[in-house]
Amino acid sequence: MSRSIVTVFKRELASYFATPVAYVFIVIFLLLAGAFTFYLGNFFERGQADLQPFFNFHPWLYLFLVPAVGMRLWSEERKSGTIELLLTLPVTMWQAVVGKFLAAWAFIGVALILTFPVWITVNYLGSPDNGVIFASYLGSFLMAGAFLAIGSCISACTRNQVIAFILTVVVCFLFLLAGFPLVLNFFSAWAPQGLVDAIAGLSFLTHYASIDKGVIDLRDLIYFLLIIAFWLYASAVVIDLKKAD
Amino acid sequence: MIETRQLTKRYGDLTAVDNISFKVETGQVLGFLGPNGAGKSTTMKMIAGFLAPSSGSASVCGFDVGAQALEAKRVVGYLPEGAPSYGEMTPRQFLGFIADMRGLTGARRTQRIDDVIERLHLNGVLEQPIETLSKGFKRRVGLAQAIVHDPAVLILDEPTDGLDPNQKHEVRSLINAMAKDKTIVVSTHILEEVHAVCTRAIIIAQGKVLADATPAELEARSRYHQAVSLTTPNVAAAKEAMSRVADVAAVEIDPQDHRLTAFPKPGKQIFGAISDLLKAQGIPVSELQLESGRMDEVFRTITQGESAEVRV
Repeated sequence: MSRSIVTVFKRELASYFATPVAYVFIVIFLLLAGAFTFYLGNFFERGQADLQPFFNFHPWLYLFLVPAVGMRLWSEERKSGTIELLLTLPVTMWQAVVGKFLAAWAFIGVALILTFPVWITVNYLGSPDNGVIFASYLGSFLMAGAFLAIGSCISACTRNQVIAFILTVVVCFLFLLAGFPLVLNFFSAWAPQGLVDAIAGLSFLTHYASIDKGVIDLRDLIYFLLIIAFWLYASAVVIDLKKAD
Repeated sequence: MIETRQLTKRYGDLTAVDNISFKVETGQVLGFLGPNGAGKSTTMKMIAGFLAPSSGSASVCGFDVGAQALEAKRVVGYLPEGAPSYGEMTPRQFLGFIADMRGLTGARRTQRIDDVIERLHLNGVLEQPIETLSKGFKRRVGLAQAIVHDPAVLILDEPTDGLDPNQKHEVRSLINAMAKDKTIVVSTHILEEVHAVCTRAIIIAQGKVLADATPAELEARSRYHQAVSLTTPNVAAAKEAMSRVADVAAVEIDPQDHRLTAFPKPGKQIFGAISDLLKAQGIPVSELQLESGRMDEVFRTITQGESAEVRV
């Protein structure tokens, strides 16, 4: 059974690199990550040997770049009809969903790893706490996975990649800011306090911020893994419901 | 072996497939005929395990496609409508992917892939992305993936669509060559194909089975079955003479090529009588033919007769 996941994973990952999409994505990701860090984040002016300015911008970078990776996951399969081919092979729905998701996640992981010159730079200039940096990378990768799982589900809803992209950005934005007044004010007027607190607790930024500081709290890890699991489950349900049309 | 029991698919108020039951044995090639939107593809999608039936069930080789989905999918080879494939992959990569998904390994994997490449003449295009290939090659890649694991059951949705006459002929030969030890279902619009590959034909329209018979039996339902047609320079005299034959029900002249056709009364043979009469009267005939029946006419009568009833 894991063999099927691996086969789906390998095909999907290879498909990113078969077209210029992968290279365009990686170059843009690295350029933007660098620009944010050095210009907006005042990396040098701060005079501190850490990667806070680098990691602080990741949520905003992911907000637009991860949906661009996720949008094709299922909508392309539906548009080209290959979903019919894939799902009539001896593979279960969850193997297909997980295999494709892991491939896209690994692809983002590759882009993330390629930011290593920033890490080298900071180690060259000073002596940062590499444990914190590792934790930040882990948190960043988990958050990317959460964004991507949302993208997987929304991509399953439509065969139009542009619609998938825009809707994913919107939903990711809401999750990102769930703990902030922009979203909470909408609910606090009428919803019970318990619900408002629950929504605030869903915020990506809150959970990311604590990992980002180097505190790997099991609850934050579980939070992101649960978000991923939930949206992947929703993907499978949506695919099953919508595959007829 | 394929068996469907009261297989039904509803989309809201629309019943795409309505209570279809049939059984296909090993060695049979079943042709699925019907107008566009008749429910052919939907039926095949349910047998292939892509869509779940609204009610009823289907099984392949004894595995229920719902309850034993994986076992059923393993024994089925399926060419979906339009022969979809991953455009950025080359045929070699694509067939490798399908073979891996089908659990083929080692020497058997290599041997099976080489075999389908050979059978479908894909050698020249193995390293080109599939999206750059012609429609005919795309279709053949789709067929290759359907048979790469040498399945016991083969479901082909319009396998010859988009192929030129030579390629059609090759695909039909391929199906015939595999027919002996497999159960094959083929959907098609092309009526001559029924003759060329099928041992049995099911005509469906509006989701219902309207006819289930061998191609010869279907043709026997044609008005043209056992009719005699001929071309002659002396049309008027020939028509006059043929009308006088006792078992002839009617004589018609084709307005375009002035070909005469004599229709027999039910169950009667008229070829001998007409042939003798024309000879006796000295009417010159350039061609004389006994018709076996016209599939397109049967198809029209069956499918449109039904829709006319429904409209009332």
